[in-house]
Amino acid sequence: MSNGDIDHLMRYLARLPGLGPRSARRAVLHLLKRRESLMLPLIEALKQTAETVVACDNCGNWDNHNPCAVCSDHRRDAAVICVIEDVSDLWALERAAAFRGHYHVLGGVLSALDGVGPEDLNIDRLVARVMDGNIREVILAMNATVDGQTTAHYIADRLAGRNVEISRLAHGVPVGGELDYLDDGTLAQALKARRGV
Amino acid sequence: MDWQDDGIILSARRHGESGVIAVLLTENHGRHAGMVRGGTSATKRGILQPGNRVRAEWRGRLAEHLGAFALDPMVATAAQVMDSPLKLAGLSAAAAVAEQSLPEREPHPRVYDGFAALITTLGMEELGIAWVAAYVRWELGLLADLGFGLELESCAATGTVEQLSYVSPRSGRAVSRSAGAPYHDKLLCLPKFLGGTGLAVGDGQQDFDEDAKLRHDLAAGLALTGYFLETHVFGVHGQTSPPARARFVERFNRSDTISWGV
Repeated sequence: MSNGDIDHLMRYLARLPGLGPRSARRAVLHLLKRRESLMLPLIEALKQTAETVVACDNCGNWDNHNPCAVCSDHRRDAAVICVIEDVSDLWALERAAAFRGHYHVLGGVLSALDGVGPEDLNIDRLVARVMDGNIREVILAMNATVDGQTTAHYIADRLAGRNVEISRLAHGVPVGGELDYLDDGTLAQALKARRGV
Repeated sequence: MDWQDDGIILSARRHGESGVIAVLLTENHGRHAGMVRGGTSATKRGILQPGNRVRAEWRGRLAEHLGAFALDPMVATAAQVMDSPLKLAGLSAAAAVAEQSLPEREPHPRVYDGFAALITTLGMEELGIAWVAAYVRWELGLLADLGFGLELESCAATGTVEQLSYVSPRSGRAVSRSAGAPYHDKLLCLPKFLGGTGLAVGDGQQDFDEDAKLRHDLAAGLALTGYFLETHVFGVHGQTSPPARARFVERFNRSDTISWGV
């Protein structure tokens, strides 16, 4: 049985992360059964978000305002920038509530495989922010992957000699981690990055 | 169909929600791709980093299918070199060159052994910058395995084995200092660690200290293999060297501010 509009909606929903054709079908049925309470408000929310959310010109974060709420929050330390790969990393750090500085979203990492070069990332804007002055520290919070660390080293090179402290996140034993279950690489990194107690 | 082999991760690309298509350089099955189910999970992501050595088990219904890998970690090379920008760049370059140059599913055990040896040298802190020589030797071995071996034992013009200073970009053979001097600008430098004299004629090598000479030699080695990879391996397929190799060479040349005078 084919139903044009429903199939159309299912095809779009199936493109979302976490959803396949079967789960998209379930979602469509669920939305149709709750047309007033869920479907129409969802349509309104999607429309509103599409119209109002923009990327912050300063840091690349998504927000209703430009500059974003983080960049325009005067209680945060504007002299410290945490460089991250994606907005999802920003959300993760905000959830941890351990950082009160500003962010800079790169929009990815250098990747030979995917053909992502420095010109494809938001690196020039980061250098410009540092050159504008008043930046004391840049924290490179890339993932502990080969591509992530290659990008971190590249950015460290670009910022070298600009009178700014450059640091990176520690790599090692996660909270709740048991040594017996850790992989060799993490253990080696943890030993390298040990510190006095 | 199934087999087990030792391998080195060359790349891992996300496929679907949780799967990853990993490309391995295996000892007896060459460059081989396969699906790793759940490859994006926290436990498997760390294994699927370029340069890591693994024990691989491949299963597929037919030999020509993509098949699926089950991977056991052996040596976490990537984690060992993450703190060193140059070593990380070298490891990424080797993985990218192997992936782009080797034909799929064609065994190249010597290339595999060379890569494994290179990984071992990356972990030897006492070698300092000299590990780059192992990288150059690995690329020379790769060229030889692909049918473009260089002949660096004797002079192509005179047959002498003394004072070999150059490599002909046309024939890939060594050229002695006296025979090559008139063509100095057109020939490639044959580094000392490959049996040459190192610094080229008239370069005032007495002005350089040992460290500078070694760096020059290594840079010449990278330029030598880079030229032949570009013209005989990548160029014939309309490709250029992988960006990861270009970044590695650029970082190496930038790692010291000494002017080489060549």
